[in-house]
Amino acid sequence: MLSYAIKRLLLLLPVFFTISIVIFLIIHMVPGDPVDNLVRIGSTPEQKAVIAARYGLDKPLHEQYVIWLTNLLQGDFGNAIVMRRPVADLIAQNIPYSLALSGCALLFSTILGISVGTLAAMYKDSKLDQVVMGGILLGSTLPSFWLGLLLILLFSVQLGWLPVSGARSWEALILPVLTIGLGGTALVARVTRVAMLETAQKDFVLLLHAKGLPRRRIQLRHVLHHALMPVVTILGLRIGWILGGAVTVEYVFARPGLGTLLIKALSQHDYPVMQGCLLMLAIAVMLGTLVGDLVQAAMDPRIRHSMS
Amino acid sequence: MALLTVENLGIDIHGIRPLDGVSFSVDKGEILGIVGESGSGKSLTALSVIGLLPLIGGRILRGSIRFDGIDLATLPEAEFRRLRGRRIAFITQNPMTSLDPVMRIGAQIDQVSMLHLGLDARAAQARSIEIMAQLRIPEAATIYHHFPHQLSGGMKQRIVIAMALAADPDLIIADEPTTALDVTIQAQIVDLLVELVRERDVALILITHDMGVVAQTCDRVVVLYAGRVAESDAVAAIFERPRHPYTRALIGCIPRDETAHGNLTGIPGAVPSVAHYPAGCRFHPRCPRRGAPCDHIVPVSAAMDGGLFACHFPENSGVAR
Repeated sequence: MLSYAIKRLLLLLPVFFTISIVIFLIIHMVPGDPVDNLVRIGSTPEQKAVIAARYGLDKPLHEQYVIWLTNLLQGDFGNAIVMRRPVADLIAQNIPYSLALSGCALLFSTILGISVGTLAAMYKDSKLDQVVMGGILLGSTLPSFWLGLLLILLFSVQLGWLPVSGARSWEALILPVLTIGLGGTALVARVTRVAMLETAQKDFVLLLHAKGLPRRRIQLRHVLHHALMPVVTILGLRIGWILGGAVTVEYVFARPGLGTLLIKALSQHDYPVMQGCLLMLAIAVMLGTLVGDLVQAAMDPRIRHSMS
Repeated sequence: MALLTVENLGIDIHGIRPLDGVSFSVDKGEILGIVGESGSGKSLTALSVIGLLPLIGGRILRGSIRFDGIDLATLPEAEFRRLRGRRIAFITQNPMTSLDPVMRIGAQIDQVSMLHLGLDARAAQARSIEIMAQLRIPEAATIYHHFPHQLSGGMKQRIVIAMALAADPDLIIADEPTTALDVTIQAQIVDLLVELVRERDVALILITHDMGVVAQTCDRVVVLYAGRVAESDAVAAIFERPRHPYTRALIGCIPRDETAHGNLTGIPGAVPSVAHYPAGCRFHPRCPRRGAPCDHIVPVSAAMDGGLFACHFPENSGVAR
């Protein structure tokens, strides 16, 4: 198991370098540049060139990349050009908010989604199943920003129970977590339900019934175990998705976060900040996938043995 | 009174009726073969007897299944569950997919004796390893801790058999236990089953499509065709004088020395699907002996010399065609 984990971790290295190149290239291919945001309107090309030279933007692209990567490997994300602060500081300031939001949302949708999906599969075609299926349809089609606005209207404006926006108290976390978590819950519940129904058709489940095991034990002990494997994969992918994709929700609730920082950097063409944010998100996706794969290996001896 | 007597069994699955009046019986120490091509209703008969039809959306329409004085056709599920795996055991067709791939083999065998015999984990383990050793599984104590994917197909089928034996059943139903295995392993598994029946005095229903296996192992045989019994008799008698043309055709499918240089007789055509069962005798479109009544009158089951057959123009019975 440990050797499998190390192997998987090493496999991420080439992925990391490829991603860093892609991020760097894409950002520099976007029209516009940060110098325009720094100089006064009507500045001469000479004045612009001085500023570009100060930030190393006049060097050829591959040289800029090597400089960036070398600093990066030493833990230096560079300095924000427009925001004029170390990128590491900016990220450190924003990332706790993102982690709190995505962590809670992920936990929420995992626990609720698996429970609801399991119940729906165990009582397939019952009233309960129909209600769950309706909820899944609603949860997976409502856009999160709109759902967020509805929740604010109900719980903050009408009932006055929770803060409208901000990130000052833990109560402020509830509505954003619900906004993101409900969509995730729908996804997890749907996958759990379908995977359980599929697994229930397998030969080994028939034999478990033939052995006389109680139905509930077969469902919860054996079928659910297999059904959770695709769920784990999806959750692993979703970690990165929530971290980066929570931008709209962060906006609706006026919360700080990695997504908000990235959008701000994009609008200012602040290359080092954009690169830093994107890299953090890419790392989150990679780690999420890795964790998903490791959990799968822990759950399935066939995967463990095929790797070692 | 035989251990298991099935009479006039008819089932319904989502509005279709794949079994229609199936009858047979099997006693302790006896091996009953149920034989027929794919789609003849062999596996559904097995599912009916172990009460798992509801899993595939089916139910028993009519007929009775009497097991040791209990009518299984009307037995409530809660009580049926205590018989299943305890007194009636099941061996599935494909050992490659019949074990839970994420659970250690030993634990899967232990489940049965812990559930039905009330053994604790330690006693169950000892019992499982003992049964595995009896089934000639080498290094049973090591294999006990293995996962299914670490074993060969033949070894997995032995594990499935060990699970079937774990609670000392009275009746074992083996649904094509060798179909998915290599030919060399097939013979080993069949021999093992025969040995079990003789040693432990259990009743065995061996479901197969292979008349050759029937000839080697079974005491009596039921030939199913399209959900009906075509013929049933003692194995020696049926090979000596098959009465139903379908039985004759199945026997013709066994490879023999004398046919090795010639052609094997296949059966032209295929078993009709449940939705398209023909009227009259369901075998008549493929039957070489069909006559006027065959396509509209269902042949009634006739008894002769201890055997049963359902044919208008039986062979070896003095009825002229």
